[in-house]
Amino acid sequence: MTDAPAPAIELVGISKRFGAVQANRDVSLSVAAGSIHGIVGENGAGKSTLMSILYGFYEADSGEIRIGGTPRAIRSSGDAIAAGIGMVHQHFMLVETLSVVENVVLGAEGGAFLKGGLANARAELARLSQDYGLVIDPDAIVGELSVGLQQRVEILKSLYRGADILILDEPTAVLTPPEADQLFVLLRALKRQGKTVILITHKLREIMDVTDAVSVMRRGEMVAHVRTSQTSPPELAEAMVGRRVLLRVEKEPRQRGAPVLEAVGISVTDARGLALLSEASLTLHAGEIVGIAGVAGNGQSELLDVLAGLTAPSRGVIRLNGQILNAADRKPARLRELGLMHIPEDRQKAGLVTAFTAAENAILGYQHEAAFGAGPFLSPRAIAAHAREAFAAYDVRPPDPALKTANFSGGNQQKIVLAREIERAPKVLLVGQPTRGVDIGAIEFIHRRLIALRDAGVAILLVSVELEEVMALSDRILCMCGGRITGERAAEATDERDLGLLMAGVTERAA
Amino acid sequence: MTAAPITLPRWADAGLVPLVSVAAALVVAGLVVIGIGESPLEATALLLRGSLGSAEGLAFTLYYTTNFIFTGLAVAVAFHAGLFNIGGEGQATIAGIFAALACLWLAPLPGILLVPLAILAAAAGGALYGFIPGWLQATRGSHVVITTIMLNFIAATLLVYLLVEKIGKPGSMQPETPDFAKHAILTPMHQLLAPLGVTLPATPLNSAFLLALACLVAVWALIFRSRLGYAIRTTGANPRAAAYAGISPARITMVAMAISGALAGGLAVNEAMGVQHRLVLDFTGGYGFVGIAVALMGRGHPVGVALAAFLFGILYQGGAELSFDKPTITRDMVVVIGGVIILFAGALDGLFRRVVASGLRLGRVL
Repeated sequence: MTDAPAPAIELVGISKRFGAVQANRDVSLSVAAGSIHGIVGENGAGKSTLMSILYGFYEADSGEIRIGGTPRAIRSSGDAIAAGIGMVHQHFMLVETLSVVENVVLGAEGGAFLKGGLANARAELARLSQDYGLVIDPDAIVGELSVGLQQRVEILKSLYRGADILILDEPTAVLTPPEADQLFVLLRALKRQGKTVILITHKLREIMDVTDAVSVMRRGEMVAHVRTSQTSPPELAEAMVGRRVLLRVEKEPRQRGAPVLEAVGISVTDARGLALLSEASLTLHAGEIVGIAGVAGNGQSELLDVLAGLTAPSRGVIRLNGQILNAADRKPARLRELGLMHIPEDRQKAGLVTAFTAAENAILGYQHEAAFGAGPFLSPRAIAAHAREAFAAYDVRPPDPALKTANFSGGNQQKIVLAREIERAPKVLLVGQPTRGVDIGAIEFIHRRLIALRDAGVAILLVSVELEEVMALSDRILCMCGGRITGERAAEATDERDLGLLMAGVTERAA
Repeated sequence: MTAAPITLPRWADAGLVPLVSVAAALVVAGLVVIGIGESPLEATALLLRGSLGSAEGLAFTLYYTTNFIFTGLAVAVAFHAGLFNIGGEGQATIAGIFAALACLWLAPLPGILLVPLAILAAAAGGALYGFIPGWLQATRGSHVVITTIMLNFIAATLLVYLLVEKIGKPGSMQPETPDFAKHAILTPMHQLLAPLGVTLPATPLNSAFLLALACLVAVWALIFRSRLGYAIRTTGANPRAAAYAGISPARITMVAMAISGALAGGLAVNEAMGVQHRLVLDFTGGYGFVGIAVALMGRGHPVGVALAAFLFGILYQGGAELSFDKPTITRDMVVVIGGVIILFAGALDGLFRRVVASGLRLGRVL
């Protein structure tokens, strides 16, 4: 042993195979104690498998795990917790109807009676709050907390169980930008207190902002370990994808065409009479991308749903190609016939049936087309042939039409949706969160496709919580707050600060 | 904390897991048989000999199988639409009333018209009675599990009323309709096969069995090869995606329940037109409920439904023989064995998936 402290975690030669897929191949990783260590890689690169092995969900086929220098056998999450490892999953493991303190003691009640455990937890929570600036009401009901606060509860749960090593899996995927910033403040505080943090993400900006060191995975292997201060986003992106990646979107200015889709005074109220969308109006022209910027939950989803015919507006008029759409026209099937295609925000819940094969999903919404079978029947051969063609054109990997859709990575699922909606030459394309949970290589691909469509004269409405994405792709940007459109900017004449004010509901500045 | 969902190769999922479940159920049932002082091996041998060991036994087994195919398919179609149709009994009851009325009122027609019309009437009655809970769920949000159970009682009561007050045999104290005309009934299998030189003893097995086989193929084509089946499966797997795809989940709910009810009507065709040749009280005999187990065990796939229906046919026929030969093993014991199989195949499925998965892993290592 040298003077240097043993690394908090050492993984040596970890291999794991699932059937034909080698998810991890001889992976080694060393994480210094008291550091924030980033792990990046495309979807399916093996990050989650590696962390699942570390947390005892899976057992490695071969390799060794050392915690603080001593080899440990971790066969269950119980072993991992005993070894001082805590994990915050992308999808929270919380009981929404219980309070914060009840969630924190869950599984660590310390006896048959709750009272003692709860009192302990309350005291401990107060101490943790003090140490890390984690302000949270212990009696608040978890289901009523914002997503950012729920994530804090997850972190508190791990700390309460004595975690010294905290694994966060894509923690910012569900957070608004300010919430993400608060998370990073917290992570730095944890580090100051000597905790070790492993951050899994594919957002390079976060890696550069907050980590001390970063490891890059590609196709199940570790391809790079670097100090964050000695690398750059393009270098990391290249390591992840295995080739040079364009991080900036290249886009020529282009003259926009005639108005195609006009919405005037659209309002939507929910069952309780709350206004989700008030008097929203917008016009989409051929050959332009209009981006909607806004913190999630400010009416963007409702706007998309109304335009796509999934929700009936309580007030307002929609015109497509100059024709007012009546109630019979505002049905998804009819809108598709009229050339309005929709890539939904939540592809797994709305855009795909994950239990179906990829080929079956490639015809979702077009299942009535004559090309896919005779009369009332569908021809599996025709459907598979169609899928093979579409998957080749859109680089869906693996290009296997018979594979269950749930087994594709997020990026490839999105490409299946994209291929389906774009290949029929839409006039209007509604796009929700095109790159959520999608890896860098696929993001580049999707962005280029959208720009190409715009150049071909398609009117595109883009809704994304990634402000950078909205700014990079859009010709015009509309900001939404509280169900209203609070302002419009030309993309080249604005910046994040300006948009941020509009997104916060500060309407037109006094001149 | 549970690990990731267990994925198995298709052959293991469709074949091995149900087999392991049945084997485990037989072991438990064997322990029960030992418990009452009988030899499980002897009981199994009696059960198999009684159901498969003779032409007569096999014919009885296939007669029961016919009922289970119809009710199993009914439940399976609803499953694919994400609906749990517990109303097979009621739908078959109404189907029986429709079929009986057709057979009695249209008796002047020749058999070649009357029989298909009566079968269609049965399907229409079942479809109507399945459509009602579908419509209630689609438009009013009343859950089909609740409404189908309640409608079972209404149908049973309606049958009593009609048989006693309206369509009963004049002058008879039995709550049953007059016998159907000779040309209104389905041909028994021993008569059907006689011209081919096959001699079978007289059994309840009749041409409804062939209808059941045709329904297996038709349901397979409907669910896995048709646009409507695609819409049904989409609605069942993900209603939001269905709405996005321009499929109306409300419409599919009603259509799937109607198809499900029509299939349950096959039970009435087999029992009333094929076996009893009249409508009697309680002719549904609980087959509608066992259909749930058949569909669960068959994983909603027609091939699985056929195999599970055959298994239950063996249990029903073999069990009857067994309780005849071994008075200590009563019919209730046979019901227990059936229940154990349902429990293992339906409810404890996850248990054996894990066992099979680790078995396969071990196999790879060795």
